[in-house]
Amino acid sequence: MIRFDNVSKSYPKQNRPALRDVSLEIEKGEFVFLVGSSGSGKSTFLRLILREERASHGMVHVLGKDLARLSNWKVPQMRRQLGTVFQDFRLLPNKTVAQNVAFAQEVIGKPRGEIRKAVPQVLDLVGLGGKEDRMPGELSGGEQQRVAIARAFVNRPMLLIADEPTGNLDPQTSVGIMKLLDRINRTGTTVVMATHDQNIVDQMRKRVIELEKGRLVRDQARGVYGYQH
Amino acid sequence: MRAQFVLSEIGVGLRRNLTMTFAVIVSVALSLALFGGALLMREQVGAMKDFWYDKVNVTIYLCSKNDAGGGAAGAPASGSCAKGAITPAQKDEIKADLNDLPVVEKVYFETADEAYKHYKELYGDSAIASIITPDQMQESYRIKLKDPEKYQVVSTAFAGRAGVHSVQDQREELETLFQMMRGMNVAALCVMALMLVIALLLIVNTVRVSAFSRRRETGIMRLVGASSFYIQMPFIMEAAVAGLLGGVVACGLLLTGRYFLIDGGLKLEETMPVVNFIGWDAVVSVLPLVLVIGLLMPSLAALVALRKYLKV
Repeated sequence: MIRFDNVSKSYPKQNRPALRDVSLEIEKGEFVFLVGSSGSGKSTFLRLILREERASHGMVHVLGKDLARLSNWKVPQMRRQLGTVFQDFRLLPNKTVAQNVAFAQEVIGKPRGEIRKAVPQVLDLVGLGGKEDRMPGELSGGEQQRVAIARAFVNRPMLLIADEPTGNLDPQTSVGIMKLLDRINRTGTTVVMATHDQNIVDQMRKRVIELEKGRLVRDQARGVYGYQH
Repeated sequence: MRAQFVLSEIGVGLRRNLTMTFAVIVSVALSLALFGGALLMREQVGAMKDFWYDKVNVTIYLCSKNDAGGGAAGAPASGSCAKGAITPAQKDEIKADLNDLPVVEKVYFETADEAYKHYKELYGDSAIASIITPDQMQESYRIKLKDPEKYQVVSTAFAGRAGVHSVQDQREELETLFQMMRGMNVAALCVMALMLVIALLLIVNTVRVSAFSRRRETGIMRLVGASSFYIQMPFIMEAAVAGLLGGVVACGLLLTGRYFLIDGGLKLEETMPVVNFIGWDAVVSVLPLVLVIGLLMPSLAALVALRKYLKV
């Protein structure tokens, strides 16, 4: 599903590379936590998977494709198989819940009938049935994140990338979100989640990948968050 | 779904930037109107050239009886006309010589009566036309050259010859007028270029503002895998719609401009009957070009701006 071979990434005007010689593989259906302090390279790792950045050295394979050799115009096709969730939800404030989710299908040209069927279905899945016509501003943080997850999942991606999805939420709400991500993972979708949330990582006991100053320092099946952070 | 979706996005975008959109429309309209005007002006010069150059290139004015010893107006007799009016023999000689010249294509002889008639046609109502009589007019040979540039040949051959009053290159008189029109044309094109730069900068700025205010949408579109065409189209269509509106306004300006200058308002057609003005068909034939440029130019500007301000 995802394979990094000796991947390094340095940004111009920065002495220290953001990622240094990272090699790892993530299989289909896995649930992986990505941990590490700020500036450890988590975001760069995710951006490389999304092909928002290209690796300076080494090879990144996502969904069986070598991203270095993927031409620009094929990137959108690749991204349609990925779902993305962020800490700040990134909903459109002037669209309703249903419209926000439908937006992800409209802009890739899905037929209207399909959208009408898929949107209520995915909203039910995330536990927002009956709130289709609410505006994002009327929802709690947890509910807004559920909308964002619904939008990321509505196109049934193979891989869900979550960048600190519980970063803005209280512990109880976070647990609900994690349950939802777990349920999505059980449908066969690979989930890669960057997080700072120690409790969640310790409770879930999933694979943990730890980055430190751009290096891969730990790759542990059924791991915990770690102690020093 | 897709068409409706895109159209609603364009509507929202245009309304959001209403002042900018308005500025784009006005600047595009002005630059295109000047462009169209310059094109029409060139056509006008061309039409006038055709009209005059086709008819005659060089005129040889012959001595009339008034030229000898002072004439009616008391003008001093010119040297070659000192012996009075031209004799029929001299006339025939000139005619024969003209026909021998290889550069000459055709020779018309204009009698004093004809000259009087034409003069009346041109300046019918003026005071001077009412006191002039046919016998004051000069007879002349009107010569059409194969190549209008070869005026010198005729001039050197006939100027100063007995019975010849003067040789005149018609182009010289017209050339000043054409030069003036060409000058106006260049001025119009310069203003157009300036307006065009303003229009393009406005479009680039509009796209930048638009891309910024819609960065949430475009960011999400990018993440869920919308094609760059789909992401860029609303911006380009916005520019295209504004540009097309500008083009339509420019067409209106050109049509009213022709009406005001030639038919109504200044009524040049009536006050300058000698001039062969371009018709409505010429104006109408420029309009499609104006509209197409109005549509394409802002779209291209938007596309260039998007490369800079919208990373896809």
